[in-house]
Amino acid sequence: MRIRLKGARVLDPGNIDGFKDIIISDGVIDALMDPCIELPPVSQSSSESNREVQPSVYTPENDSITDIDITGMVVVPGLIDMHVHLREPGHEYKETIKTGLKAAAKGGFTAVCAMPNTSPVNDNNSITAFMVSRAKELVNSSLSSNDSTRGSGVCRLYPVGAITKELKGESLCEYGDMKRAGIVAISDDGRPVENARVMRRAMEYAKGLELPVISHSEDINLARDGAMNEGITATRLGLKGIPNAAESTVIMRDIALAELTGASVHIAHVSCEESVDAIRNGKKRGVKVTAETAPHYFTLTDEAVARYDTNAKMNPPLRTERDRQAVIDGLVDGTIDIIATDHAPHSPLEKDVEFDRAAFGIVGLETSLGLSMQLVQDGRLSFGDLINKMSKKPALILGINNDLKVGNPADITVIDTNSFWSVNPKTFLSKSRNTPFTGFSLKGEVYMTIVGGKIAYQRD
Amino acid sequence: MRFEHKDLLDIDSLSVRDISMILDTAEGMKEISNRPVKKVPTLRGKTIVLFFQEPSTRTKLSFDIAAKRLSADTISISSGSSSIVKGETLIDTAKNLESMNPDIIVIRHPSSGAAELISRRVKASVVNAGDGLHAHPTQALLDMMSVREKKGRIEGLNISIIGDIAHSRVARSNIEGFTKMGAIVTVAAPPTMIPKGVETLGCRLAPDIDSCIENADVVMMLRIQKERQETILFPTEREYSMLFGLNSDRLKGAKRDVLVMHPGPMNRGVEISNDVADGEHSVILEQVTNGVALRMAVFYLVAGGMKNAD
Repeated sequence: MRIRLKGARVLDPGNIDGFKDIIISDGVIDALMDPCIELPPVSQSSSESNREVQPSVYTPENDSITDIDITGMVVVPGLIDMHVHLREPGHEYKETIKTGLKAAAKGGFTAVCAMPNTSPVNDNNSITAFMVSRAKELVNSSLSSNDSTRGSGVCRLYPVGAITKELKGESLCEYGDMKRAGIVAISDDGRPVENARVMRRAMEYAKGLELPVISHSEDINLARDGAMNEGITATRLGLKGIPNAAESTVIMRDIALAELTGASVHIAHVSCEESVDAIRNGKKRGVKVTAETAPHYFTLTDEAVARYDTNAKMNPPLRTERDRQAVIDGLVDGTIDIIATDHAPHSPLEKDVEFDRAAFGIVGLETSLGLSMQLVQDGRLSFGDLINKMSKKPALILGINNDLKVGNPADITVIDTNSFWSVNPKTFLSKSRNTPFTGFSLKGEVYMTIVGGKIAYQRD
Repeated sequence: MRFEHKDLLDIDSLSVRDISMILDTAEGMKEISNRPVKKVPTLRGKTIVLFFQEPSTRTKLSFDIAAKRLSADTISISSGSSSIVKGETLIDTAKNLESMNPDIIVIRHPSSGAAELISRRVKASVVNAGDGLHAHPTQALLDMMSVREKKGRIEGLNISIIGDIAHSRVARSNIEGFTKMGAIVTVAAPPTMIPKGVETLGCRLAPDIDSCIENADVVMMLRIQKERQETILFPTEREYSMLFGLNSDRLKGAKRDVLVMHPGPMNRGVEISNDVADGEHSVILEQVTNGVALRMAVFYLVAGGMKNAD
């Protein structure tokens, strides 16, 4: 079974930019060819000059090929979201691996990293193995037996293991064992590793295993009882604030520890100016530090809390306009390498309550690309930069090769960059609807997501 | 003229005209409490639920008396006895209350925004009796009523508010209210008790109590909440009293006819000295008296005002 994607612009930053047809065979990219070339018989293929790569298995008679005309679309290497919460095991009423991976595919992601704060915590190889096998099961259960181009609608899952047992910040987990079971990084996300000595040892130990350490940077004493950004909106609403320094001080510490240990540290969910400055300085010093932000931090400010809207409550909180601009500047100058979502599904049980009692977090998988495209529309990022931040850089950090190259797995996202659409949570494939972006009009939409050569999502 | 609001949630959503109407109505109500028979039939047949999720003696009693003087039936639910302790959510509790067709729900709750959350889910009028650190509109209105009664006006007066502004819903509502009515509000407290961007509420920030009090027409002291000591806002009550406590010496910096106010309950000897609390400038007990009239006015207006008058 083969698929030919026809007529689209293919953009793999630093690798390809041009109109190409892509042939996918047995789950891998089989050929990238200039368009409108009739498939030649095998005997002639060697003399074909304008073909970049020779298809290996073409003979007109050997099997069928399904043409998919995607003229006007842009094909990019599959998007990767380094930061999601899938809630399984433990909180399946908010999200399951299945619904989360389907929502991800709809959002254009061919792979996501699942944070370990499940219940039980992913702090040992059996939980890692459970998550990996659950995802594998889903991939193998084909949606439609009639249409072999269709996959089961899910994307790949890369688990992130815990840094410390039960996220308690005390003792290290068996990273080596968990890496064999499938983890690609470690993090206590949702909680900081409070003790600097524990964090130091985790970094040193993980370095030997080439596992990046993802830092949830938060001083919980400074942030305690806080429900939103400390600032004039919190003052007006009478809500306790979380200051920028609760985030930036721990980022500074973890950059210092990365410098001390020589380990790679990745800073999760950067939300404020001081944090961007700290990371910029760290990079200047040559520390192996990378960083991510999420679309809400460059789209909204703490004013979105408006009248106690719990869908605008997340941790770190939405900040001020100055912070929002600093985050965008950080994305533009490369200080912030990655856009991730921090997809955090919650049900009305956690959200339809008093603001200070509501859970932190919003869903993000199905709005990330559209919101991020706004940076391209505004002329702040080139489209190629955006694809770097949503696909190539995450791949680099995680050690995944997702280049659009012959022989690589066909993990491909097809984007309709000119499509206008409006965010409607009722259409989400995620189990949860906790988004502050309801009704937002966005330009740029996922047209198709191909995972391992099968169509995981296609727009109606 | 008609009161256009279904609920009274905060001062922010009231116009100058709304506030004046509430104060005028309250002044008219005040006389009822001085009659031998302290009851009018205005809200006969109306049901008012007092839903208090935080300890309160004075405020709850004040609302209760106000309702009864208007002949409304009142039912009290407090945190200890309510199904909240059994794990029911606020919204479910509100919906259950709603099913019994009350006309007005008075709510006090430790979470900012709780009154508004309930008001979106019920048809009954919601009166906020204090939500978290956010608002305590009837307290601010009765304070404005007391000032207007004594001074004949609010506009142009210098109002000083001293104490834990950051953790006080009374301060927030008073800053908004007095500013809206044209007064000049100045606050002072240790910086640990000043919320970020406090000036955006409309007030000025003084560096110490003496400059805050200088030339004041009204000095309002806020209660120091001993139970907040765990949040490390100040070293000791002794030092607080020394730097920010009101005593008769300090009061000399204010205008000669200054009013001293306190929303209660007072910590005598901490934020306010005995002689000032009981002195000639103090209107602290008159605030309490006015509280009943003000809350009668609020019930009357949110229940439909003139339309329902007998």
